[in-house]
Amino acid sequence: MSTYNQRAAEARAAGKKRKSLSDVGVAGYFVAILAAGFAVVPVLYIIYSAFRSSGQLSSAPLGLPDPLVLTNYETVLTTPEFWKMLFASTLVAVATTIGVVLLGVMAAYPLARYEFPGREGIYTFFTAGLLFPITVAALPLYLILLKLGLPGTPWGLVLPQIAFQLPVTIVILRPFVKAIPRELEEAAAINGAGRVAFFFRILLRLTTPALVTVGVLAFVGSWNAYLLPLLVVSGSDWVTLPLGVARFQSDHSQDTALILAFLSLAMLPAIAFFTALQGRIVSGLSGAVKG
Amino acid sequence: MTENREASGGETGLVGGAQALSARSVPAGAGPTTKARKHRPWGEIAIFTGPALVIFFTFVILPVVLACYVSFFNWDGGGDLGKFVGFDNYTNVIQDSVFQQGIRNNAFIVVFSLGIQGPIAIGIALLMNRKLRFRGAFRTMMFVPYVLSEVVAGAMWRLILDQRGILNSLLIQTGVFDSPRDAIGWLSDSKLVMWTMMFVLTWKYVGFAVILMLAGLQGVNEDLLEAARVDGATWWQVQSSISIPLIGPTIRVWAFLSMIGAIQLFDMATLLTNGGAPFDRTFTMAMFVIDRAVTYRQYGYATAAAVILFAISMTVALLFMRFVMRRDNETEGSAA
Repeated sequence: MSTYNQRAAEARAAGKKRKSLSDVGVAGYFVAILAAGFAVVPVLYIIYSAFRSSGQLSSAPLGLPDPLVLTNYETVLTTPEFWKMLFASTLVAVATTIGVVLLGVMAAYPLARYEFPGREGIYTFFTAGLLFPITVAALPLYLILLKLGLPGTPWGLVLPQIAFQLPVTIVILRPFVKAIPRELEEAAAINGAGRVAFFFRILLRLTTPALVTVGVLAFVGSWNAYLLPLLVVSGSDWVTLPLGVARFQSDHSQDTALILAFLSLAMLPAIAFFTALQGRIVSGLSGAVKG
Repeated sequence: MTENREASGGETGLVGGAQALSARSVPAGAGPTTKARKHRPWGEIAIFTGPALVIFFTFVILPVVLACYVSFFNWDGGGDLGKFVGFDNYTNVIQDSVFQQGIRNNAFIVVFSLGIQGPIAIGIALLMNRKLRFRGAFRTMMFVPYVLSEVVAGAMWRLILDQRGILNSLLIQTGVFDSPRDAIGWLSDSKLVMWTMMFVLTWKYVGFAVILMLAGLQGVNEDLLEAARVDGATWWQVQSSISIPLIGPTIRVWAFLSMIGAIQLFDMATLLTNGGAPFDRTFTMAMFVIDRAVTYRQYGYATAAAVILFAISMTVALLFMRFVMRRDNETEGSAA
């Protein structure tokens, strides 16, 4: 501690300010507020404006809700289709997330820690998937789904979504799996745990923060998907919310406020889910290795 | 938290260092590991990688291969592939002025996505990695646009940016514009619309970049930064000569993903600008593909365009991996 202070004193003497190091200052807060505000204000505006009527909106876009209008939200929440779409979106997103995380970490494990010929080849094969936009494959993909009898079912969304999400998942997970010190694996081996046991008992626990990260990316990707549902579940019982937004928008094109209410309610679950896990996504990265 | 940093490392910075450390200690460890490495557990490898490979092959690789095949036919989307036309679809797509415009638009979007979002994201991540009140709240807010679906975000920004939309009303009400006739067509002025879209794209995707950079910064060893501070380095010196170089791999991974995303841009451009209007100013290659298939039912032609789009992203990606990301993969063995 004393050397620290001494050095700090020297630094100060050298004319360099230590104060600015841990202290963000007014300018820092200003920038942070500006950036965060830029990100959320449009979204808040949508949620807020849905408490007004379309008439109020067109006469004064920034006015107060006078009187406060709850009917927009009520109308959406009492529409059975909304709940049906919400259920479809949730089921598809959850199934996609579980599939991506499980298959992703399983594939990443040998690709990161086993040594075998062809390993880099398989890894490159997966990373090539990053380059395949769903737009390239969409039409032939539909033909394959048709052969398998999957269009109009949740599986018709879940399986391709898992497949298209695997590349980025593996690219993110592999370095995490690699970064776990060899010593841990050796210690496990000395204690009689094979590599499979190491995977289940140690690796899954140590990579949890990374798994949360890829899981959230998969969930959000699925929740927001537009093109694939458009091709696969249009007109079926499994219409998801983004498709519903587009449909709702054309059905009620005159009633802006009602559309805004639908938009707000459609985006809320993903935002809530993300917000709940946000802390774990970023700060969870320094997982407990010593544990 | 600090003491565990070294070991976890994450996808970045310290990974190389941690690996170098463990690599050095392996020969001393000897015994069981060496033996285990000699016999290759193909069964385990198959069980672990197999399911992912099967699904990936069936739903990604197979359709792409099929696409290449279909692109040689005059397919109109029906059950019959139609006449075999050889490379005609390809030569026609390449000469199609709308597709050429699409290539130029995509190039613009790639360059400005990287140029605008990169520095902003690094700056915000460095700021939000510091001890800041309400840091968690700030971070969460940054990520909100990324979590919104393109459909919702597109609908929202169209309401705001329309000629008679919210932004113009605001500017008129606050007196920035003298009369409603000064209203700017953010999305209908052909000179402006691309910049408007870059603005919205930045809003939508910069949060993802910030997440990645923050994750990278978590892997930066606090002791290193502390040592530099004690030696009297200013905050900016610490960031520019330690933090930013250490998250280099993260920055390059982000640039890679962002570039590929920009080349393949579809949802946001379609939903925001109503199919590329005005004058196809924001028409991207992916929009060309879907438009030719869905609107004109030229499936063979559209698929040829899709294959070209894929070839372009592949080329760009391989060049980037070869010349920019290469050293990240090499640090494994040689980090000193």
